[in-house]
Amino acid sequence: MTSAASSSGSAGGGAGGGGSRYPAGGHAFPHRDLTGIAQLERHEILYLLDEAEQWVELNRSANKRAEHLSGLTIINAFFENSTRTLLSFEIAGKRLGADVVNMHAATSSTKKGETLIDTAITLNAMRADAIVIRHGSSGAVDLIASKVDCPVLNAGDGSHEHPTQALLDALALRHALEERGEGAEDFTGLTVTICGDILHSRVARSNILCLQAMGATVRVCAPPALMPAAIERMGAEPFTDFDAALAGSDVVMMLRLQSERMSGQFIPSAREYHHLYGLTADRLDRAAPDALVMHPGPMNRGVEIDSDVADRLDRSIITRQVEMGVAIRMACLDILTRRSRGIEGWSGELGKGQWV
Amino acid sequence: MKQQRALTITNAQLVTPGGVVDGSLRCADGALFAVGDVAAEGGDETVDARGGLVLPGLVDFGVFAIDKPAFHFGGITRAALMPDQSPPLDLPSRVSYIAKSGKPDLWVHPLAAATRALDGEQLAELGLMQAAGARGIATGRRWIADSGTMLRVLQYAAMLDLVVVAHAEDAALAGNAAATAGEMATRMGLPSAPPEAEALAVARDIALAEMAGARLHFRQVTTRAALDLVRTAKARGVAVTAGVTPAHFMLSDLETGGFRTFARLSPPLRSEADRQAVREAIADGTIDVISSGHDPRGVEDKRLPFADAEPGMAGAETLLALSLTLVRDAVIDHARLADLLCAAPARLLGINAGSLAPGTEADIALVDPDKPWIVSSARMQAAAGNTPFDGQPVQGRVTALWKGGVHVGG
Repeated sequence: MTSAASSSGSAGGGAGGGGSRYPAGGHAFPHRDLTGIAQLERHEILYLLDEAEQWVELNRSANKRAEHLSGLTIINAFFENSTRTLLSFEIAGKRLGADVVNMHAATSSTKKGETLIDTAITLNAMRADAIVIRHGSSGAVDLIASKVDCPVLNAGDGSHEHPTQALLDALALRHALEERGEGAEDFTGLTVTICGDILHSRVARSNILCLQAMGATVRVCAPPALMPAAIERMGAEPFTDFDAALAGSDVVMMLRLQSERMSGQFIPSAREYHHLYGLTADRLDRAAPDALVMHPGPMNRGVEIDSDVADRLDRSIITRQVEMGVAIRMACLDILTRRSRGIEGWSGELGKGQWV
Repeated sequence: MKQQRALTITNAQLVTPGGVVDGSLRCADGALFAVGDVAAEGGDETVDARGGLVLPGLVDFGVFAIDKPAFHFGGITRAALMPDQSPPLDLPSRVSYIAKSGKPDLWVHPLAAATRALDGEQLAELGLMQAAGARGIATGRRWIADSGTMLRVLQYAAMLDLVVVAHAEDAALAGNAAATAGEMATRMGLPSAPPEAEALAVARDIALAEMAGARLHFRQVTTRAALDLVRTAKARGVAVTAGVTPAHFMLSDLETGGFRTFARLSPPLRSEADRQAVREAIADGTIDVISSGHDPRGVEDKRLPFADAEPGMAGAETLLALSLTLVRDAVIDHARLADLLCAAPARLLGINAGSLAPGTEADIALVDPDKPWIVSSARMQAAAGNTPFDGQPVQGRVTALWKGGVHVGG
């Protein structure tokens, strides 16, 4: 881990010199799109994280501009409202020198059938070099990806996946552990509890997959109505008692209630939810000593998390998650556009052998 | 068109209610005249079946579209049409119009909408629709949530001696679900409902039908718990029957992986354990009817994110070939296959067809049970190619079809 930041900074395409521990060239990340963590191998996740380190450094410097994607057009097509993810992708693209265009599609008008496909074809015809998509329906990003010729990045589809969120969470967690001197390349031995609206959460699904791929033990905690069926089949250990879930947890990741996806009443009231599942300072003491607190945002202070917990500098890494978001998205945009930019070692066809 | 010349099919394996009989079959004036040991008479048109299987024309119980090329490809000569049309079959005029729409080579037996606009609230004019040609009453794609309304529908149907065709999914539990709750739905983040939604609906409707003394048919029963309820109700003597489509005995919810909307069905595909339960229920007689649920859907309905797509599959062409797999797997024999596909649905509709018995309508399918072919979405006869079996090799195909003794397709 300690060497990750320096070893991965190979400029340009990270084509993988002799020192790289990843497969050469495009074999390090043999995917055209990033639609979910489920499609990624452990070493591909680690590769994305390591590649992001250089952008963490850049983002912390005074001149935050690189020209890797100069001349490329990136379209952020958001069919669902978003502030922070859209902003994060926009900043990531711009810092890499790309022309970034945001498309806000009102959910109501694009819910209809062919319109979504037509929109995809339209974006494709404008010769975007990468399309970032958020959509309210699970699987919508895979559908669009099958209709366009350029890389597609999933910025959240329904309750399915939000891969860049899971990656930035992993990066933020890795940095935080490293600062404590507990750094390792993955999370073997770590217990992470994800608490909140697991049923509707794409963040939870991507994080379960990502954290497990990196060796962590994942617990999920939610009231029964917000716990998806057969979640244990994904390898996560389900809890309804938050205190029991917290016992021995090294990391606590809180999720907000996604009331916009709820039809009907899932919990009696926010007050009661806070009573049972709110992360208070007292509750946090039940977790492992020095347990870290995460939240993908936006936070509902006083509901799932108390302000005095969210703002604790020694425990909460919530703002660091936001910071890492830009770096991860820069890494994803960089890596996924390497084929079209003709970076050495990345030009071959996907899945085929090539001369390096 | 009336049958002009008598027809004799010789050298056939006749699938009669008693079993498969080698022999011939003669029909005249649109009806079966003799089956088994019969010889052609002078002036007869004769067809040598060359040892092929002869089945009654299939009676497809509960289709959503009249799709003649697909029905004829699949050996279907009669179809019971669901009321979920546009506009719905909730008026006598619509029923009488659509009842004639397939003639002469396809007979459509309309199922009357139980409630106006299929909204589950106001009873439709069931008696007038019966007079106009309706052969049953259906709740449509949805369950009638109001138990009082459902009871009155069943009581009325009992009076008219019409079967009530129910959709078995508790509406409140099912909600906007697109999948069965379980590992697949959880991984894919799809809105899902527990499989118990079906058992709840079945339990209530059986109780109401028992009160009303009505004949009740569940168009699709797809879970072990619901099948158990049907089994025990039958043992008690309740006039309840159950159907299923090949999708639910061939496929499990694994098929929805990759958000394949052709596998988006209503009720949704179930777990592997429930699929096995359906096969057991077919074997032990709990399931009475296999139908196609034919529901062709174009790209505007299907090329969508999974949960936004419309449910349904184009099943008419694959109905027979997929049902034949049950015979090949020794789940059922040929006689029972003919009962599931032809005779049982005919009994529900109260029509004199669906069986190779003298005096019934001469609806006949000549089948090569081993003929291999590959299901292809792109090359289907149906109005749309939305089949989850795309690319699947199957065996068994209709080689000739007669409706009322008249050869279909020239």
